[in-house]
Amino acid sequence: MIARLTTVVGWRVAAATAAGVVVALALSALLIAATGGSPSGALEALYRGSVADQTAWTSTLLFTAPLLLVAVGACVSARSGYFNIGQEGQVLIGALAGAWVALRLAVAGPILLILTLAFAALAAGAWAGLSALMHRLRGVNVVVSTLLMTFLAQQLVAFAVNQSWFLQESRVGDAVASPQSNQVPVGARLTSFGEYPNLQLNLGLFIAIAAAVLIAVAMARTRWGFRLTMLGLNPVTAKHAGVRVAALGGLALAISGAFAGLAGAVLLTSPVGTNRLQPGMSINIGWDGLLVALVARNRPLLAMPVALFFGVLRSGGGFLAATGVPSFLVDVVKSLLVLAFVAPPVVVSLWRRRSVPEGVPA
Amino acid sequence: MISDVETILSSGVRLTAPLAFAACGEYLAERAGTLNISVEAMMLGAAFGSIATASATGSATTGLLAGVLIGVVIGWIHGNLSHRAEINTFVVGLVLNALALGLTSYLITTSTFEGHQVWQVSIPVLRDIPLIGQPFFVERWPVYLLLVLIPLTWWLVERSRWGLELRAVGENPQAADVTGIRVNKRRRQALLWCGALAGLGGAYLAVGEVGSFNQNMTAGRGYIVIAAVIFGAWRLGRTLLGCLVFGLADAMRLALPALGITLNSQLLVAAPYLLALLAMLVFSTQHREPRALGQPFERRST
Repeated sequence: MIARLTTVVGWRVAAATAAGVVVALALSALLIAATGGSPSGALEALYRGSVADQTAWTSTLLFTAPLLLVAVGACVSARSGYFNIGQEGQVLIGALAGAWVALRLAVAGPILLILTLAFAALAAGAWAGLSALMHRLRGVNVVVSTLLMTFLAQQLVAFAVNQSWFLQESRVGDAVASPQSNQVPVGARLTSFGEYPNLQLNLGLFIAIAAAVLIAVAMARTRWGFRLTMLGLNPVTAKHAGVRVAALGGLALAISGAFAGLAGAVLLTSPVGTNRLQPGMSINIGWDGLLVALVARNRPLLAMPVALFFGVLRSGGGFLAATGVPSFLVDVVKSLLVLAFVAPPVVVSLWRRRSVPEGVPA
Repeated sequence: MISDVETILSSGVRLTAPLAFAACGEYLAERAGTLNISVEAMMLGAAFGSIATASATGSATTGLLAGVLIGVVIGWIHGNLSHRAEINTFVVGLVLNALALGLTSYLITTSTFEGHQVWQVSIPVLRDIPLIGQPFFVERWPVYLLLVLIPLTWWLVERSRWGLELRAVGENPQAADVTGIRVNKRRRQALLWCGALAGLGGAYLAVGEVGSFNQNMTAGRGYIVIAAVIFGAWRLGRTLLGCLVFGLADAMRLALPALGITLNSQLLVAAPYLLALLAMLVFSTQHREPRALGQPFERRST
């Protein structure tokens, strides 16, 4: 499919995408108007909550970092053909492992942060690796197992924060402990740089950008990247060319899981959340990160602006709720926009294929 | 004791019914080679549509039909995007699930609907049988549709010519194509059937069981349905048995605290997914799953 996409004439795709975006936005505006809201008011709220000032930018960039991390991982697994859709659970596993390290290890600040991030990535990588193992040993469908394991991860986190011996918040006096963990210590939190009056650039964002660049270079320039792409395009050819299919595909799954886990640790240790392990803390970052990779057509560098755009929608969506328009609207707009970005290349290629007479090779 | 068992069985049957409808549809779609994860969107969209329609028309039965229609529309969209435009079918499913969740959550917060429920059928004589009488013979009427739809689905897949072609498409699309079967058309048709049944399941949840719509009221039932088909190793009987096991486990989770029995609730919620994974590991399902499951079919020009 990748090969075919690149052969499609660019301007047709661009025009179709632009038309799709216009349709998506028009549908959204229609929806707001039909339910008694003001489309222009909603748009203004989205703008003000996401990019209008430095505080808004801070929030947007905080969401962008975990989205980009998940997306970079999703690019790797999608390229290899070992399609991972369990990021939402892997984010949680990363946060769980990170919280355990951050709350249980007594080491100095920066080392604790590094250990937290590393352990989160390892744990989630191993979690995703289980799917690869099940595929290798018993031929279990990877898409199915990563999907099912997402629900196991959700229950595992719910279990962890409900057991006082595990990660449940410790009681202070007679206070009832809540189903969440204690706050991770300050030493294990990602710092912000650049004290421009209100703009904070979180370290998580730099980690995510570095990951995107690293993976982009590795996929484009290394032998590993070439083999990965070959595996995704044609596993049979890859096997004949001497690629150890199961090992390479399993590694791709583990890497995608590790990046999702890192995103979970970033959610845990950056001010985007409460710095506590909570059952709902993945806030659909896993699902959305997968969509980011999809819109970016599995290219890590392209995922950077797309993740930023999704960050804008999230951050603006939070602000939208304050104006009386339910923030669920953002999920609708987001899904419609994803369709607008994804459908045009394939629709255009379909149209082109139809216009070629029968029997003539396209 | 007897009445406790009866209560659990009763709520178990009611929790199983929506799963069973959707599982029939998902089973057929997967036999045709589409691992359809938008079944959650079909159920949720139908649940919302049925209450909205019932509220507008004052008829719960019209609402039920509207739910079926919405399921079919989502199936049609999914089929066209994944088997005509050839966008990755899992991705299409994810987007549709996100869209259905967002749209229904948005609409339910901006509008209000009256509650409606379809009528209950209580079968004389049979309802007086101890233990199974109340759970099985006093139900809202759509439940009895299962008695028709289950054999119909089985016959469609296993005995009809269309079903034979469907299975061929799921096992070996290239070979099916060579014999003149239009692979992607069959898959789109299977998704329409899946949409109709998943829509019925979702609508039953809203206008049958609950009588109103709550945000995200399907709460992952669509994914449990997928787990049931896997648990059932792509056989209809075992799939429905899986639905019953999951429905009963859900009923137990709700009933046990009242009975003073403490079982870990997270484990019970996780049970369907855990069982499905174990079933795949133990029974080595790769010999039973449709061989082209989840794989797109593209006609080669060579």
